Amino acid sequence: MSDHKSASFTKKLIYTSKTHPDDRSRMRAVANNLVLHLHPTKVPAAALRWSYTWGLGGISALLAILLGITGVLLMFRYDASVERAYTSIQFMETQVFFGSLVRSIHHWSANLLIVTVFLHLLRVFYTGGYKKGRAANWLIGIILLLLVVASNFTGYLLPWDQLAYWAVTVGTSLLSYVPGAGGSISNFLLAGPEVGQGALRNFYAIHVAVLPALLVLLMSYHFWKVRKDGGISQPAPPLTADGKRRQRVERLTTIPHLVQREFVVAVALITVLALWAMFVPAPLEELANPTHPPNPAKAAWYFLGLQELLLHMHPLAAMILPGIVLSAIVLIPYWDKEEGDIGVYFRSTIGKLMALAGAFFATALVPLLVLLDEYWIDFPALLPSWPTLVSNGLVPLLLTLAGLLGIYTSMRIVARANRSEALVGLFSFVIVGFVLLTIIGIFFRGPNMALIFPY
Amino acid sequence: MERQRKEQHDAQKKSDNRQLSRRDFMKLGIGTLSALAILEVGGASLFFMKPRSLEGEFGTEVIAGPAESFPAGSVVQFPDGRFFLVRSQDGGFLALYQRCTHLGCSVTWEADKSRFFCPCHASSFDFHGDVENPPAPKALDTFPVTIVNGQVLVDTGHSQARDTFTQNQLVYA
Ligand code: HEM
Ligand code: FES
Repeated sequence: MSDHKSASFTKKLIYTSKTHPDDRSRMRAVANNLVLHLHPTKVPAAALRWSYTWGLGGISALLAILLGITGVLLMFRYDASVERAYTSIQFMETQVFFGSLVRSIHHWSANLLIVTVFLHLLRVFYTGGYKKGRAANWLIGIILLLLVVASNFTGYLLPWDQLAYWAVTVGTSLLSYVPGAGGSISNFLLAGPEVGQGALRNFYAIHVAVLPALLVLLMSYHFWKVRKDGGISQPAPPLTADGKRRQRVERLTTIPHLVQREFVVAVALITVLALWAMFVPAPLEELANPTHPPNPAKAAWYFLGLQELLLHMHPLAAMILPGIVLSAIVLIPYWDKEEGDIGVYFRSTIGKLMALAGAFFATALVPLLVLLDEYWIDFPALLPSWPTLVSNGLVPLLLTLAGLLGIYTSMRIVARANRSEALVGLFSFVIVGFVLLTIIGIFFRGPNMALIFPY
Repeated sequence: MERQRKEQHDAQKKSDNRQLSRRDFMKLGIGTLSALAILEVGGASLFFMKPRSLEGEFGTEVIAGPAESFPAGSVVQFPDGRFFLVRSQDGGFLALYQRCTHLGCSVTWEADKSRFFCPCHASSFDFHGDVENPPAPKALDTFPVTIVNGQVLVDTGHSQARDTFTQNQLVYA
């Protein structure tokens, strides 16, 4: 009983039972370790492969933690009022010790988080990580992605510079095209008809309290569910020589094998992020000026794919299309019930081909369509007697959906892909298309949103 | 024990489905009360956060000035009121909300081209706020104008949507 006292205080924080120098007690000590509330005691060796998960979920979690820490620091110095917000940021940039660095880490972590969560979604999709009872976690994941985007969007307004003001104005105006409640939702969010003091207050409260609370809850649920679903997805092990049973998979203990890897990734990420943040400070433009939007006025970079759509379609159509895509992504687990290919990147050789074909078509088609629409096609002029909601909304929307359906069915019929493989092709097309639209929006749109070449 | 009771209860229920057992009564009662509580708390929070739109200078009645100080064919910007006061050739007033009907950027008056231009997605509107060039789907919104004792008053609290410009929107001194 003496070692009960001698166990150091820090050890007691991590272990619930006292350590004892015999094997049984050591086992118990390991089993009661805090780390093992998050992870199972053993994990399949293959699941530890860097090239399977790319560590993207863990990196996202770490970024979320960094955002929490730097965010709380920022709260001590930030002032959520129209008169003082901008100056409080300026003060932070110039006078506060490490103010610029803390803000910069917060800024870059937030932007990186969007990228890593998006890539994590891609990796889960391409390895079929939503299969075998993982549909619920796929849905939780999508909600997490939306929460991350919402956090970025609400945080965007807080510096109250030109970028903030106009990106949020354009972003919330989209809502007013939602038939029925859209106008009142936007009115509610902004606490009035346009972005002002009420909007800044609302966004601040949502950004620092509502969304972080939801994120913490859902992230905990997400991790717990990964364990309850039997750990991360893995291919079914091959059959034994007699063909009667599955071979046993090699399992490694979480401590040290998984924890060590996590530690290395964490240290590397923090180092790179800190260096980057030191050399590239977070941007701050001129003070917001409600009478003079900058030209071009662009939304935040991760919305520029959507903004690009807006240039080609009626706003209602440009909202319905991503809505349909998002719902389809939510429903993927119910469409693709093939379970044999779980844990294999791109499902199969055919799946790989479909992914390449989808990406190829998107790369060829999307820029071409953007150019055509910019210089030649003009639906409202072609169909002058129709309301623009139809000629510039319904028509391009239906054409796009027909195109997507065509790609899927031709993969099913021509390439004889099964549902799962054809879905890989269609998904690749949509994702590459979306990324290309975003790139066009970021780099190829200049003053008056005209197409330009970035030199 | 518990299971037995439940079975008994289920059997009873089958035999007479009009009867409301104590168990069901409690379930129904607790369910209803919880739903009510959620509604109340949710409703109270919504009211708590209700738009506080009438804070500050924008959203009140603005005194633009004496009517005769605006020559026919002129466009004057009121940045704090967020509007342009337009006076047509025949002397009618129109207060145009500066908010582009596409996605809410502010339009600027380009006198040389006699148009309102929106830099965000290049919509333009003519002198009366009618769409000249999409993507804007409809004419600029207006604010009600009244003329009292020769003073032009603009009520920036109530924007009015319209599809196109019509003559009867003009207000005369
Ligand atoms: C804040 C955002 C998120 C965090 C912190 C997070 C974290 C994680 C972590 C740590 C894992 C364990 C495996 C790995 O590291 O790859 C995981 C697995 C998983 N995630 Fe996420 N995730 C997030 C968002 C998403 C999104 C956007 C999706 C997809 C819509 C998603 C769906 C899943 C699924 C289905 C699994 C199980 C995958 C498998 O079994 O192969 N998560 N997540
Ligand atoms: S906001 Fe004016 S053209 Fe888009």
